[in-house]
Amino acid sequence: MSGIPHDHYEPKSNFAKGVESRLPIIGLLYTTIMAPTPKNLNWMWIWGIVLTFTLALQIITGIVLVMHYTPHVDMAFASVEHIMRDVNGGHMIRYFHANGASLFFLAVYMHIFRGLYYGSYKAPREITWIIGMLIYLMMMGAGFMGYVLPWGQMSFHGTAVITGLFGAIPFFGEHLQTWLLGAGAVGQPALNRFFSLHYLLPFIIAGLVIVHIWAFHSTGNNNPTGVEVRRGSVAEAKKDTLPFWPYFVIKDLFALAIILTVFMAVVGFMPNYLGHPDNYTPANALVTPAHIVPEWYFLPFYAILRAFTADVWVVQIVNFLSFGIIDAKFFGVLAMFGAIFVMALAPWLDTSSVRSGRFRPMFKWWFALLAIDFVVLMWVGAMPTDGIYPYISLLGATYWFAYFLVILPLLGVIEKPLPMPATIEDDFNAHYGPKAGGKATTPAE
Amino acid sequence: MMFRKLTLAAVLAFSANTAVAAGSEVHIEDFDFSFEGPFGSYDQNQLQRGLKIYTEICSACHGLKLVSFRNLHDEGGPSLPEDQMRAYAAGLEVFDKTMNDGEGDFRPATPADKFPANTGAGAPDLSLMAKARAGFHGPYGSGMNQLFKGMGGAEYIASLMVGYEETPECAPEDFPGSYNSAFAPGGYPEECKDEDGHHTVPGSWIAMAQPLYGEDLEFDDGHSNELHHEAQDVAAFLMWAAEPKMMARKQAGLTGVIFLGLLSVLLYLTNKRLWAPHKNKED
Repeated sequence: MSGIPHDHYEPKSNFAKGVESRLPIIGLLYTTIMAPTPKNLNWMWIWGIVLTFTLALQIITGIVLVMHYTPHVDMAFASVEHIMRDVNGGHMIRYFHANGASLFFLAVYMHIFRGLYYGSYKAPREITWIIGMLIYLMMMGAGFMGYVLPWGQMSFHGTAVITGLFGAIPFFGEHLQTWLLGAGAVGQPALNRFFSLHYLLPFIIAGLVIVHIWAFHSTGNNNPTGVEVRRGSVAEAKKDTLPFWPYFVIKDLFALAIILTVFMAVVGFMPNYLGHPDNYTPANALVTPAHIVPEWYFLPFYAILRAFTADVWVVQIVNFLSFGIIDAKFFGVLAMFGAIFVMALAPWLDTSSVRSGRFRPMFKWWFALLAIDFVVLMWVGAMPTDGIYPYISLLGATYWFAYFLVILPLLGVIEKPLPMPATIEDDFNAHYGPKAGGKATTPAE
Repeated sequence: MMFRKLTLAAVLAFSANTAVAAGSEVHIEDFDFSFEGPFGSYDQNQLQRGLKIYTEICSACHGLKLVSFRNLHDEGGPSLPEDQMRAYAAGLEVFDKTMNDGEGDFRPATPADKFPANTGAGAPDLSLMAKARAGFHGPYGSGMNQLFKGMGGAEYIASLMVGYEETPECAPEDFPGSYNSAFAPGGYPEECKDEDGHHTVPGSWIAMAQPLYGEDLEFDDGHSNELHHEAQDVAAFLMWAAEPKMMARKQAGLTGVIFLGLLSVLLYLTNKRLWAPHKNKED
């Protein structure tokens, strides 16, 4: 399925030939696992494996948790504590699952920003990018609904806040919110359906992951130079690539092992660091926690949501022009979803023909600013909305939109790219030196 | 209708989030506990002392409904000998709704029962209290110091126990509750705010009357019963009640870190060897 010329699986035994002629599954696995991969991939190309692993971890731990969990408003909290106290190894499984969500989002943000810096979203990889964005949206949905299930104070009031966002949509918002919750307020119907969807979404994600991999195996991986693999012949392609197995599998597993060492330390020694203490108090509709804060991985977009208050002039103008239909609350909701939407549109907003940020002297700085912006938004999303914080949120949110809507389109026109290596092989050799015999490197194997 | 209002209130609260109310400063002392850090473990004697304090003082108003009596015998906990654990359970009564032809009746507890819930005085259940409160939030509310100090739930409880101080002069005499310098969400008299609405004294007024004064009871192990020590003992016990599997977890964490660390080294060497011919390095 790869667009890069490569060797094909040749069944040897009669049995293998028989299977292959009926269902070419060995050939498919061979092509997938032996996919020609640019040999200059750096350490930012490991997050895909981490994500795949984490998805499997979440599904497996999740399936075990479900065996002991009860999706009922009177029993959910106690059933989670039953897992923590009475189920064999239950405390580890639950902490793996809860912290696994954080690992998942850490990895996905690294993965997304890798793509943004090296221009992985550009032609011909737009579909890979869009599918990735869909996966990310589903992850956010799954993450949010998973946080509801323990039915603690944050679960309950967070649900009220987040579903309230849909209530901010003019005309039919309230009906939509009621439809989502299955009732006029957060309660048993909401808990039950979120449980159902939380179990469903990961399998949809798994399906999309397969399509995501299919897509980039068709186009070939991007790489740090953004220069495409030569496709004239198998021999030529082999100068630029190495097979995924064993070279990248071992490399990725090494990175994964280091990441899991840190993950294990977090789970073993500080499993509640990324959680919120309020969620160890059972849900109580009558007591609203002093701070309703989403999980850390939602904070940047939460900050954008809160940035556009009624006293921001853009909001006032939009409010006036829309005859008051778009008020500050709805504007915030639009901004939050818009922030993800403009990211999904990056392939069409970026006008530069150069993929990799490595050869884009101006882009580099604007991108670095975007990464800092993301961290600042994450921090300010957890801060109160008084004093200087609203201004920081607004500044951060503005830059987020400016980057995608103004800077990316403009840079392609005004920027003068740096000289690029002609081939991946040249780039690789520039780092590691050509072998004896210089350019006439014999391809691997 | 009420729910709708609450939802609305929550949405409003979030869009105009006044998260950290003006100056709710509290004093949380960074007590040293034996269970801190990756290698820390519960002090069995301390947990038993804490259990005694809980039994004789806290349980008058508070419940511990998620903890089973059998857990008192668990390794990595108070580790009461089995006969003592059974005797402890038998000394308490639980309500059994299957008795008396379904009408229910009280009977002596067995190891399989959980500590009784106790909501009579409106006091919260303490089973998870040590995890439901964070002692440390800084700097700037980022929670970064929790990386080094831990969440501080036990520190918070101990600080609360020793936080009953003399009522500040600014407060009216009939202000309800007891002044506590470690308690943030309680009542706070207007008289103790400055013109900007900032609090002039730390903490707030808590509904719970001072439970520990020091020398409240004697310990079998002869340990000091000063207030500071009692506070720490009961906080340690409640930490165990909230996280009874902490020892097993840290053990698993350590094993996992060592194993994965070794695996990382092996994979590093494998990876280096594997790539060497392509990176033109001398083997």
